[in-house]
Amino acid sequence: MKKEEIPQDDGALNKLTKEVVYAVDKDGNYTTELSTGWNVKSKALDVAWDDIAQRIENARQKVINNQASPILYFIELRLMDIGIVAAYTGFWKWTIKRHLNPSVFKKLTEKKLQRYADAFNVSVEELKTMNVHED
Amino acid sequence: MCMKTEFKHLQAAHCENGVTTNLLRSVGVNKLTEPLAFGIGSGLFFIYIPLLKINKGPAIAFRTMPGLIFKRTCKSLNVPVVRKKFSNKEAASKFLDDCLQAGQPVGCQVGVYYLTYFPKEYRFHFNAHNLIVYGSQGDDYLISDPVMENVTTLTKYELERVRFAKGALAPRGQIYYPASHVNVTDDQLRKAIKTGIKRNVRDMISIPGPIAGVKGISYTGKKIKKWKDKLGSKTAGLYLAQLVRMQEEIGTGGGGFRYIYGAFLQEAYAYHPIDELPEISKLFTQSGDMWRSAAVQAAGIYKGRIGSQADYDMMGDYLLEIAEIERKAFLALRNIKWNS
Repeated sequence: MKKEEIPQDDGALNKLTKEVVYAVDKDGNYTTELSTGWNVKSKALDVAWDDIAQRIENARQKVINNQASPILYFIELRLMDIGIVAAYTGFWKWTIKRHLNPSVFKKLTEKKLQRYADAFNVSVEELKTMNVHED
Repeated sequence: MCMKTEFKHLQAAHCENGVTTNLLRSVGVNKLTEPLAFGIGSGLFFIYIPLLKINKGPAIAFRTMPGLIFKRTCKSLNVPVVRKKFSNKEAASKFLDDCLQAGQPVGCQVGVYYLTYFPKEYRFHFNAHNLIVYGSQGDDYLISDPVMENVTTLTKYELERVRFAKGALAPRGQIYYPASHVNVTDDQLRKAIKTGIKRNVRDMISIPGPIAGVKGISYTGKKIKKWKDKLGSKTAGLYLAQLVRMQEEIGTGGGGFRYIYGAFLQEAYAYHPIDELPEISKLFTQSGDMWRSAAVQAAGIYKGRIGSQADYDMMGDYLLEIAEIERKAFLALRNIKWNS
């Protein structure tokens, strides 16, 4: 890539910083230049986030239809998987899978709910209702 | 409490390169640059692990395992390293404070999910980000994140949370730094460059099995041609977006690590005046350009502008062609007659 060809599109990272990019100058020597972003890359991020938004919505519907407990919703909302939830809560994976069942979830003790709430960075009340207040 | 160590922040294209370069410069390896650290650490790689999923997409890496660039570069330059992991947050925090008190800037492995200064769009559960803590001021730690133009801060709580992020590659408070001031001669650098290149040739050409190195690139190319049929258009698009996101890991700027390697070979020429080096550098520029074209093609598909089987075939063919260029480049590197 030639130095003049370094993309200067707007990207999410641009809110924070420009990035260093390596490219060649007119004599073919490598040099660095700052870039504000590349639309090919920001679109790839958008695609990932659109998919996440959809997964969150699907999970919410499942909880509303009583097919899953709110834990499923928060796994998606926090971009986690069962392995990550297990690491944060200290529960076994199969225990978490059981807790995804709404009727099992309803019987969980306050203490166990608190462990989930901590992992998802919400209050127990928010965990139960999926009503999260954040920025 | 206010502590500040002798440290100069330099922005880099990639976090581990940057941490390696900046930490080693702080102990006296003044000639080290980001491309040299990347090349000496044999950073260029490719692997596609079909059975592993990351964020429900394919697991693809364009560079070597996290941690290896620092480890190999220090080893090649004979720099002793201190590396510590912790099971206990208080111990981790105390160790950090002791280092800073002693004037020692340190590298930390962190997770980006709770890295508050990162834009939300980049905050996934990715646990192999690297930054340097170079001091503290009241409740704040002074942070040099090498992918950023400027230094920043994190509170004690924020830093602890990212140092103890959970999940794959959990950092477990990991801290690392060069243990003593060193005097690295040009001769040592010359040797380290040669070792780095040879090891990179091995990693890209000689790893058995189809998924790693240049073979991994053509393997992925062939797989991509089947993605539309096998996964359906939507998932195939998501997979391609993930491929591009891995290639364009923050700040590797289009064509990712291939350009940095090209820059490395040009810098290597100053230490080994062998005419092939700048010539082979051009091949990596060419490969980087092809990776960029492939990303543009992929974007056409995940944006929904194109998406026929022919478009996937073309995408796959890009990778097959890239594999050929990189094979040629690494074979040429393997055949170099080193003078020293």
